[in-house]
Amino acid sequence: MPEKKHPNKVAVTSAVPTSEKPHVVTGGKPGDIGGLVSVKIDDIELKVPFGTTILEAAKTAGIRIPTLCYHEDLCLAGVCRICVVEVAKQRTLQTSCTFPITEPITVTTTSQRVRQARRHVLDLLLAKHYGECYSCFRNNNCELQALAKEYGVDFFRFGHVEKPKYEVDRSSYSVVRDMNKCVLCRRCVRTCIDLQSVGVLTAAQRSDRTRIETFLDRPLADVICINCGQCINRCPTGALRAKDPSDEIWAAIDDPKKHVVMQTAPSPRAAIGEEFGLEPGTSVTQEMNTAIRRAGFDMVFDTNTTADLTILEEGTELLHRLYKALVQGEKGILPQFTSCSPGWVKFIEHFYPEFLPCLSTCKSPQQMFGALIKTYYAQKQGIDPADIVSVSLMPCSAKKFEANRPEMHASGYKDVDYGLTTREMAQMIKEAGIDLTRLPKSHFDLPFGDASGAGLIFGATGGVMEAAIRTVVEVVTGLKAEQVFSDANVIPVRGFEGIKYMEIAIPQLGPVPALFNSLIKKGKLGATWDWLKGATLKIAVAHGTANARKLMDDIKAGGKFSQCHFIEVMACPGGCLGGGGQPIPTSPSIRAARAKAIYGEDMGLALRKSHENPHVIKLYEEFLTDGPCGEQSHKYLHTHYTPRGDYLV
Amino acid sequence: MLATERESLRHEIAELAEKFEHKRDGMMPMLETIQEKYRCVSDFAMQEVARQLGVFPTEVYGVVSFYSFLSTEPKGKFVIRLCRTLSCDFAGKREVARQLENELGIRFGETTKDRLFSLEYCNCLGMCDNGPALLVNNDVYTRVHPELVSDILEKYRRMFGPASQLEEMEAHHA
Repeated sequence: MPEKKHPNKVAVTSAVPTSEKPHVVTGGKPGDIGGLVSVKIDDIELKVPFGTTILEAAKTAGIRIPTLCYHEDLCLAGVCRICVVEVAKQRTLQTSCTFPITEPITVTTTSQRVRQARRHVLDLLLAKHYGECYSCFRNNNCELQALAKEYGVDFFRFGHVEKPKYEVDRSSYSVVRDMNKCVLCRRCVRTCIDLQSVGVLTAAQRSDRTRIETFLDRPLADVICINCGQCINRCPTGALRAKDPSDEIWAAIDDPKKHVVMQTAPSPRAAIGEEFGLEPGTSVTQEMNTAIRRAGFDMVFDTNTTADLTILEEGTELLHRLYKALVQGEKGILPQFTSCSPGWVKFIEHFYPEFLPCLSTCKSPQQMFGALIKTYYAQKQGIDPADIVSVSLMPCSAKKFEANRPEMHASGYKDVDYGLTTREMAQMIKEAGIDLTRLPKSHFDLPFGDASGAGLIFGATGGVMEAAIRTVVEVVTGLKAEQVFSDANVIPVRGFEGIKYMEIAIPQLGPVPALFNSLIKKGKLGATWDWLKGATLKIAVAHGTANARKLMDDIKAGGKFSQCHFIEVMACPGGCLGGGGQPIPTSPSIRAARAKAIYGEDMGLALRKSHENPHVIKLYEEFLTDGPCGEQSHKYLHTHYTPRGDYLV
Repeated sequence: MLATERESLRHEIAELAEKFEHKRDGMMPMLETIQEKYRCVSDFAMQEVARQLGVFPTEVYGVVSFYSFLSTEPKGKFVIRLCRTLSCDFAGKREVARQLENELGIRFGETTKDRLFSLEYCNCLGMCDNGPALLVNNDVYTRVHPELVSDILEKYRRMFGPASQLEEMEAHHA
């Protein structure tokens, strides 16, 4: 008979699935909340705020407790039970990640009982895990593998899966699911529901038949998935991965007839070093250029150039929309939403299709570049666009889906042939036998050259907004951005707050630049800025689609954000630098380090405003001759969207 | 599903959700009601429940797939659930199971062609001292032996379908 001497005094225990971190605990005396509780962990005594979990307390005491289902970004689950510890006066072992300290307790994190329990948990996980470590892309970066090593697993106590049991789901353009490797930690479920508010995955069935499934276990391509890949970044094993096109790219590189060009987004350069053992936040832009060339790519371009182009196009579109709304009284076209993030684009197509008229018609920088490479660049270099293989290095899995959108054929060919993630690029560089960290530096290739810092900060949340503000403020006021914001840094839009809001009063009005002449001729803009007199530009920035959902619901309800003129949304937490194609693992501190690297590199550049980028100016002189939002640019740089709705059946 | 059927189901679920103030704690009773009426919770019903309660369809699917009394595929009018746990097994569950399969012409996990009976195993019914035990919808039968099986089935056949109509006619003539 189990002892009944020790009734569980704590109301919230590991058995209760907590949907939020237990900052407020209902147990104990109400007066205790906010106070300090003393706790003894392995002979270390410390005082922690009431309700701190054992895991958090151990971390502050410098004691490491192994975890598997726990993730800093996610709510608590307590399902894997690898973090069990002994708590005095508790009959059973307790999961430290979900155990809130509400009264003085004594915890033992290492004992024979604890070690054996953890080892058995691992043995049981391995009995169900089809682990082919050599042929797994997470080899050497797998949390299950690391734990097996840590706990000295040298044989399979409860057997091992010899053959894969489930078919690998390769239906999606972006995410590949291999449930043979799943350990049911439910990080992907929590990511998809809580962090991204998309709800693709769930734990279905019961007991030993439990599996992570989509709605009715449909293929991923047949459910509402925005392809953001956040689940990949948080999967502890190789159950989730991005669809890897590197074999096709190697084939193109090896084909002498093919001209293989690469465009690199701003975020991979701030993170790819992590794959080579560098600290998070080490920027390796120019070493990476050399590595990509040495791996066999013919040209390396900077996607930031088309990010600059995006700013000019999207900024012009904003001014045009403002003109239409404020002067001509048109409704339903504001706020203008950015369209750089393909995850966000698919999110709004599914969940808020009625707002598609507000979504900027500009393509993302990747697709703008794709269209230019097979038209402008091909003409300039005298290469048949059919022989060009256009690859993009992106921090993103949704970019793979975007490249495969049927409307992305502006050049007459598939504008971007392959989207490659940071992880896959690192793998290709390693496969080519190159050590990224020891390479000489080199610049981006002409005719697109090095871009501005404004394009670079597209990688962080708020970056598109800051780049747009730098340009729009200069274009409208005639002042220098530095006169309005110190060092042209727009601090309020930076940082990782879920939704950021800012108001910018327009201090004075300058002359309308010559760039807009063709628009003025068509009556799309006024000849002066007088109509903007005394106006205040209201803007907002959101990252992570759960925040985007809050923002959209507020707009729908006619709240504060419905008054905004321009809103930036990035599908991934932290913006592109936290994208689904970035090196694993991810955490708030890693993302902060990457952001610091990006902003630091921006500060070091002489060119920090999109409209001053000489290559972009040349592009408008040579190719997009009727200016931003003109006919040429509409043909190549703008797109349309599909209202998809959220009906599965 | 016909568009009109969808429309009426949507309406029905909306009314049901109203009763539970569109709160997610209403999910279980809602699903039970739908299961009872339609003998399954269809794909469309899961999606509508999700829409009404402000959760994702996948979450509803997770719940439906978790509970064995809820199903995504239509069940028969009468669901026979035979206890498969230890004491019933010792008391002669296997013979009862074979008799059920023979009488109905189906295996466990299947539904008869006329959609009258579904046959499945369930876990302990708490009738361990009176095994073997089985459930027909909400009725419990204990100390079941193979000879009893046809009587039990006949009782339900008479409650529904052509047989029950016959009974009605007989009663009318009498």
